[in-house]
Amino acid sequence: MLLISFLIVFPLLAALAIAFAPTADLRSAFVRWSALALAIASVVLAVAYFRTGPEFFSLGDTWNGLLDQVFLLGGIAVALVLLYLCRRISVRQWYIPALILLQMGLILVAELAPGHPEVARPFYVDSFSILMALIVGVVGWLIAVYAVRYMRDYHAQHPEVRDRQPAFFAIVFLFCAAMFGIVLTNHLPGLFFFWEITTLCSFWLIGYSGTAEAMRNAYRALTMNLIGGVFFAAAIVWLTFNPELQTWELDVVIANGGAAALIPAALIAVAGLTKAAQMPFHTWLLGAMVAPTPVSALLHSSTMVKAGVFILVKFAPVYHGTEVGLLLALIGGVTFLATSLIAVNQRNAKLVLAYSTIANLGLVVMCAGVGTTATLWAAMLLILFHAVAKALLFLSVGTTEHLVHSRDIEDMDGLVYRRPVLAMTLMVGMLGMFLAPFGMLISKYTCFQAFLTVDVFPGGGILLMAILAFGSAPTLFFWTKWMGKLVAMPRRTPEPMPEVPREQAFALLALTGLTYLACVLYPFVDWAFILPYTQALADAGLVPPPSDSTHWETFILMSVMLAGMFLLPVLFWLRPPHYATVSGYLSGANVAGSASYRGAMGGEREVTARGYYLTAFLDEQRLTRQGLIAAGILMIAMLMGAAL
Amino acid sequence: MNLEYWGFALAFIVLGPVVGGLLAGIDRRLTARMQSRQGPPLLQPFYDVLKLFEKDTTVVTHLQTLYLWAFLFFMVIAGVIIFLGGNLLLSLFAMTVSGIFLCLAAESTNSPYSKIGSAREMLLMMAYEPMLIIVPLGFFLVVGSFQVADILAGEPSQVVQLLGVLIGFLFVLTIKLRKSPFDISTSHHGHQELVKGLTTDMSGRDLALVEIGHWYENVILLAWLYLFFGPLGLLWALPIAVVLFFAEVLVDNTNARLKWGTTVKASWWVAVLFGVTNLLVLPFI
Amino acid sequence: MSFLTKSPWILHYAATSCNGCDIELLACLTPLYDVERFGIINTGNPKHADILMVTGSVNEESRKVLENLYEQMPDPKAVIAIGACALSGGIFREAYNVYGGIDQVIPVDVYVAGCAARPESIIDGVVRALGVLEERSKNRVRQRKVA
Repeated sequence: MLLISFLIVFPLLAALAIAFAPTADLRSAFVRWSALALAIASVVLAVAYFRTGPEFFSLGDTWNGLLDQVFLLGGIAVALVLLYLCRRISVRQWYIPALILLQMGLILVAELAPGHPEVARPFYVDSFSILMALIVGVVGWLIAVYAVRYMRDYHAQHPEVRDRQPAFFAIVFLFCAAMFGIVLTNHLPGLFFFWEITTLCSFWLIGYSGTAEAMRNAYRALTMNLIGGVFFAAAIVWLTFNPELQTWELDVVIANGGAAALIPAALIAVAGLTKAAQMPFHTWLLGAMVAPTPVSALLHSSTMVKAGVFILVKFAPVYHGTEVGLLLALIGGVTFLATSLIAVNQRNAKLVLAYSTIANLGLVVMCAGVGTTATLWAAMLLILFHAVAKALLFLSVGTTEHLVHSRDIEDMDGLVYRRPVLAMTLMVGMLGMFLAPFGMLISKYTCFQAFLTVDVFPGGGILLMAILAFGSAPTLFFWTKWMGKLVAMPRRTPEPMPEVPREQAFALLALTGLTYLACVLYPFVDWAFILPYTQALADAGLVPPPSDSTHWETFILMSVMLAGMFLLPVLFWLRPPHYATVSGYLSGANVAGSASYRGAMGGEREVTARGYYLTAFLDEQRLTRQGLIAAGILMIAMLMGAAL
Repeated sequence: MNLEYWGFALAFIVLGPVVGGLLAGIDRRLTARMQSRQGPPLLQPFYDVLKLFEKDTTVVTHLQTLYLWAFLFFMVIAGVIIFLGGNLLLSLFAMTVSGIFLCLAAESTNSPYSKIGSAREMLLMMAYEPMLIIVPLGFFLVVGSFQVADILAGEPSQVVQLLGVLIGFLFVLTIKLRKSPFDISTSHHGHQELVKGLTTDMSGRDLALVEIGHWYENVILLAWLYLFFGPLGLLWALPIAVVLFFAEVLVDNTNARLKWGTTVKASWWVAVLFGVTNLLVLPFI
Repeated sequence: MSFLTKSPWILHYAATSCNGCDIELLACLTPLYDVERFGIINTGNPKHADILMVTGSVNEESRKVLENLYEQMPDPKAVIAIGACALSGGIFREAYNVYGGIDQVIPVDVYVAGCAARPESIIDGVVRALGVLEERSKNRVRQRKVA
């Protein structure tokens, strides 16, 4: 319990210290060391509760009552801050304060109701929340380390942006505190309180630069997340007044697993979908790209969207084997398919990453909706691999952007020759995202197997599997295209690039190492974090017992592949072949070097070749529209399905 | 897994190129006959590759050789997985990795012909990937396992149950074998608008590696085809698989090339109409 | 024996030919002559080719291309000049813009005469070039041993 309170309270104190640090150097030091302390604390948490079943903590009546008050007053405070932030919106955006008031009203109705349920055990630890805490702690630490230097450069490059770094880092820590709260609290109104804090923080961070575009996107993110918040509050109201299942405890709702739990679960599913940026709410995450890169990394990898999928995976036993679950899985599927296709269109590196995040979260949602042991396994591994690889990719893109002054994929031509280490980190991130033998593929493999055994609705499993098969193909295309750009031989001697700052290099290399480690050690992750969780669920009779279906030779072959991926470059480096270099084939018209050819009029012309974006073949607007409509219909069907 | 399968896997590593080269030789001779030519000797592919080892190798960038090593490595792994009786889906993933490294090798040269070749290759990968994934899934639904050993021990009727999947597979096999009408990224014929596409800037040993990789790939694809008929026994299954394999040569010689857009659309429609539909109606067969 | 002689891949370049010889050259690939019998393939790519076959005379425009193509062919390689123009400039020899035969620009190993050269003589030229190639290949092996 001490650890939990440390994880939640310490970042709050750190945030205060950072906000009021007298000098910039002191502030940076605060950021570094507090983030490290959090990472260590999350590791200690993992060690202390290593492979234990879910463990609940009670604080005693006085403290419990106090906690209720804190959550109540805190919730009101957050709502008031949000209302204050709405002071400059136009009349046409009346719905934002309306949504804030609506959700505050709902939550007050629940919390002030006479005889509302009491929460005896407001906090808990199980191996899934440990895994999440590790992700938040360790990845969050690396992002914070990276951000210190990045933000300094950012303000040097963008003098027009008001320097609000103290507040920026304070908010980042507040964000982490809320994330720890979300993954460790068993108290639903408490969960909602932390949930709203992440909404507030993301709003502030997205709008950091203060430009018109940033503010517009920040308000959009706020709106979407408030919609989710309203549904969450509605679920709490339902749980307050429903005689069949009157409880505020998360584990009781999940353990109930019956029809009574399905309605709040469906309502919370909508909240989870908004946070996880699933269609029809995915646009806020695209807009979040205007924020500085560490913010994107934070939102995409370890926090925010992970909170959304966390809650969905948490509720998976309730969805398991129901139509609601299947519909939820289909929403994830539609999102996965549509955004994978749209990502092919994108030239902006950060947008490619954003779409791929949404697609991967879609995959997790599919897993959560199906809710069998195997898909839970896949979902948890996906969350882990995605967090590490995506943080790595975002930070690498951020560094690249500072070096080449562009986010355009086409401008990253030949990065392998210009900044080998940076290119390596990018490549490892991409390989981690889609290629065997790296992590994501193990999960995809399990998904295929698990989807085929879904029998809620005839053909439902086949449908999910087909979506996965068709969505994976464009994924292959857009990643390979990008990697192709990175490895392309530069056409002329590249201009020298500034060095990667040491702190950034540290964060990048650490994340690269983590990506590799996660792939090598995935059986360990399975044994240490996933198996205890699914076993506990199975013991409670919520999901079918886990079956050990991974063949050992499959694992050995995976290891051989991974080793090959590592050893071939080493071998190449040790014994490079000595071949003569010539310029590329240009129909014999090349002029000294591969850069240019002699045109018809005798002049020199440079060769340019761009990637394929298939804009005529796959129309972004149309795909988005179709995805929104399909996901919207599915969502309404899901809510109605739960109500009936 | 037993000693027998280890033997198969070893045989694949050693004999794979021999069989693959012979298949390529038969292919070229058959093509020649269809065009009423005499055609090259059966061993011509071996002569070609041995010659390439005698030649100097020139590269645009040294790294392209590294990517080609990875291409060959993962191709061999993909085959070893199958011949070990292992996981078909995993083998497919390894094959995909291998294909991606070939694309990277072409991209790394940064010359327009190679680049367009590799872009088209990626489009082709996007086209055939769904159908190729559906094949192991179909086997899983029928046999209950992704293991090649289990598929081979299945019921002889599985090919009837998976007829749609087989048709879809034969369709994308044309792409995988780089045959017309889908040989848009590179082909065995003089390819005038793209020179040699993907392999334009590879020469000597590098090109030999690509050829050997393709031989392995041909054996792997033949093995996939064999799996459909495997339970019938070697005596029936192998001839059927070989005949179907060489039916692709006929397709090659009777078709003009398509554009990539048509290729992608056609392959996806085939995957839906034959592959997915087959899986959907499977419970009723 | 060198495998070069079993699988000569050719690159055909029309310097400033009238296309007469080119037609004859392509005729070699048709079923009537079917040079693939000998493993000969028209690659259209210098990096894959062993034998460069050039038709037509050389002028300033084609000179650089020819040099580049020759440069990009990996060793061992051979060059065949086909037709009167490629041999000496032919009837264009006196033209102000023509350098003359191919050997003004790159070393030629085999000369195939004719206007236009007949397919039979072209095939014969290739066979002679194979001898050159084998010789070069042997020399390389010898040199490598010495080194």
